[in-house]
Amino acid sequence: MEKRFWNEYQKEIADDHFFYERSCIRQTFFPGSEATFLNIMRNDLGKDIYDSSHQHTCTGIGYHSDVVPFETTMTIVARLFSLMTERGYKNYVPSCVTSFGVMTELMEKWKEQPEILEKAREYLKKATGRTFELPENIVHPSDLIFKFRFELKEKMKYQLINRFTGKPLRGVEHIGCHYAKIFPKHGIGNAEFPYVLAGMIEAWGGEVVDYPERRHCCGFGFRQYLVQENRGYSIANSKKKFESMEPYEPDFIVANCPGCAMFLDKWQYTIAEMEHKTYDKEGYGIPVLTYEELAGLLLGYDPWVMGMQLHQVQCERLLDKIGVAYNPDDKYRGASGKILRAPEKPEVLKV
Amino acid sequence: MNIAVIGAGPAGIEAASVLANNHQVTLFEKEEKPLCNIRDKAFLFPDFSSADELADKLEAKLSHENITLKANCAVTAMNRTGEQWTLTTADGETATFDKVLLATGYRVFDAHQKEELGYGIYKGVITSIEMEKMIKENQIRNNMDEVPKQIVFLQCVGSRDEKSGNNYCSKVCCVTAVKQAIEIKKQHPETDVYIFYMDLRMWGQGFEEMYREAQEKYGVNFVRGRISEAASTFDNRVQIKAEDTLMGNPMTMNADLLVLMVGMCASEGTATLSKCAGIDGLYRFAQSRSPHIEDNLTSQPGLYVAGSCKRPMCIEDTIQDARAAALAILDDDTMMR
Repeated sequence: MEKRFWNEYQKEIADDHFFYERSCIRQTFFPGSEATFLNIMRNDLGKDIYDSSHQHTCTGIGYHSDVVPFETTMTIVARLFSLMTERGYKNYVPSCVTSFGVMTELMEKWKEQPEILEKAREYLKKATGRTFELPENIVHPSDLIFKFRFELKEKMKYQLINRFTGKPLRGVEHIGCHYAKIFPKHGIGNAEFPYVLAGMIEAWGGEVVDYPERRHCCGFGFRQYLVQENRGYSIANSKKKFESMEPYEPDFIVANCPGCAMFLDKWQYTIAEMEHKTYDKEGYGIPVLTYEELAGLLLGYDPWVMGMQLHQVQCERLLDKIGVAYNPDDKYRGASGKILRAPEKPEVLKV
Repeated sequence: MNIAVIGAGPAGIEAASVLANNHQVTLFEKEEKPLCNIRDKAFLFPDFSSADELADKLEAKLSHENITLKANCAVTAMNRTGEQWTLTTADGETATFDKVLLATGYRVFDAHQKEELGYGIYKGVITSIEMEKMIKENQIRNNMDEVPKQIVFLQCVGSRDEKSGNNYCSKVCCVTAVKQAIEIKKQHPETDVYIFYMDLRMWGQGFEEMYREAQEKYGVNFVRGRISEAASTFDNRVQIKAEDTLMGNPMTMNADLLVLMVGMCASEGTATLSKCAGIDGLYRFAQSRSPHIEDNLTSQPGLYVAGSCKRPMCIEDTIQDARAAALAILDDDTMMR
């Protein structure tokens, strides 16, 4: 890129003391990512981040698919904010980009129409007896990893360098729509040239792949996948991206949205089964990581403790390129030490 | 009468040359040389006459003994004191005049603002100004220094565009793209040329004929639709996404060059001085007193406006407007006597 647009689009990111809100779906798709994020924040960066056991959905998927009315979403988000207020925090960190989108949308709405904020206070009071304060700072966890990317680099055991060739590993980055496309000003780098993930890749030694369909939808558009009959649209979008990125031979994909990472990972298996097509030369597919997993790997976290064996596209070839130490025998070992049953192997996609 | 003309473009020079027959005229130009916005062009629509020849003819008028050209001399402020205007230049000098004609012209829209189109990011994305230079130098090349196989033009970049804050039509871009497309086909008949447009506004004499000729004689392709985004391809070309709104089809295509038809905006001098003088109008252009018979007068006595400092204007209209402005100044002078 000749012009670094992202430099013109920065945002305020608090330095410490955060209230963390977990995602409804991320712990199913990428079960260790949220725990990894909390570990990085607390243990590697020494930050205060609170993980409440009383939290709940933000209603985001239901809200965006017109199942949950606005007033309900507003009241439920108000309750989440009341949990933050109750614990004395002012900086809110929702794990899911859709939660982030819902909250930034509500904050804008309440700023423009204070009478609706009063309604939210009234609904919450009537329903739960609770009160809440507005967060002073709402950021996505990827914003925090971005902000502290150089501090983390100092602690990292590995870099995004191919240890066999000595060249930077090539990373495809994909941000969730609800991170910057609703309110571009709330995304680092804005919506057209987002830098939140690209900045991590570059800071940690890798090279960002700028491919033609970089800004195309990943296939997680709610109306494309919520109704099963529509999922052809979802996989068609993912396929379009894979075909576009394939000539660049990316070593990995990193995303900051639960759905982007999930679909870009799982649809590779489906396309392989449907069309006998994989998007790397060897037939293993392109590994898809969350940004927490990427940071965790480079910091030396055990990939199996982070749950990376649950990915559809297996990550060992990437681990080998980076030089991450791992024990193949522990891949399906449970926390109790017992070896769990390994999943069936796909017919086309190599694992 | 001591008259200042600010801006040595076609409007400023033409007006100065008329006024100089009876009065002393000082012509201020911020650039080193006059007529930059004409000299950077190859040929002019609709007759494909040489831009340099026109510039030479205009520049010859500067040899009039009553015209003093002050080049490299930007006027940064102007104030009315009594019946006179005091101009301040960038180096802090001041001078007082009986009448001032604002002819500070335009600048082109900064295409960086349309980030989705990739200007300044992808080498294959250029502006119509850069294409004009390529045509003039007979060097139409893609970023790999090859003759382009496919060139795509996009109309209305930074004009008729609410997102960039410019709702107005820039007036000259439609016909400029047609002119450039014909020039490309003259130099490289084998190059495919596409023009994406919202609607084509061929308002001037000879424009419609150019548009027809572009299609019938030169095989230029016109597609009604906007380009939503541009990206670089693996082979260093430009991928565009658009919708053909006549066919109702979304489309993706690759091109060697994407040419952004950047619209006319108020120049910095126009915006600054019109605000300073209290005649600032829509979109930072200067505001005339009324658009009909007082289009060269302003709300300020002794201050006049000519050319594209008021709104987008082609060269022929600019020259006519400059003469009208000179006449308005002379009329006022006669009435005062």
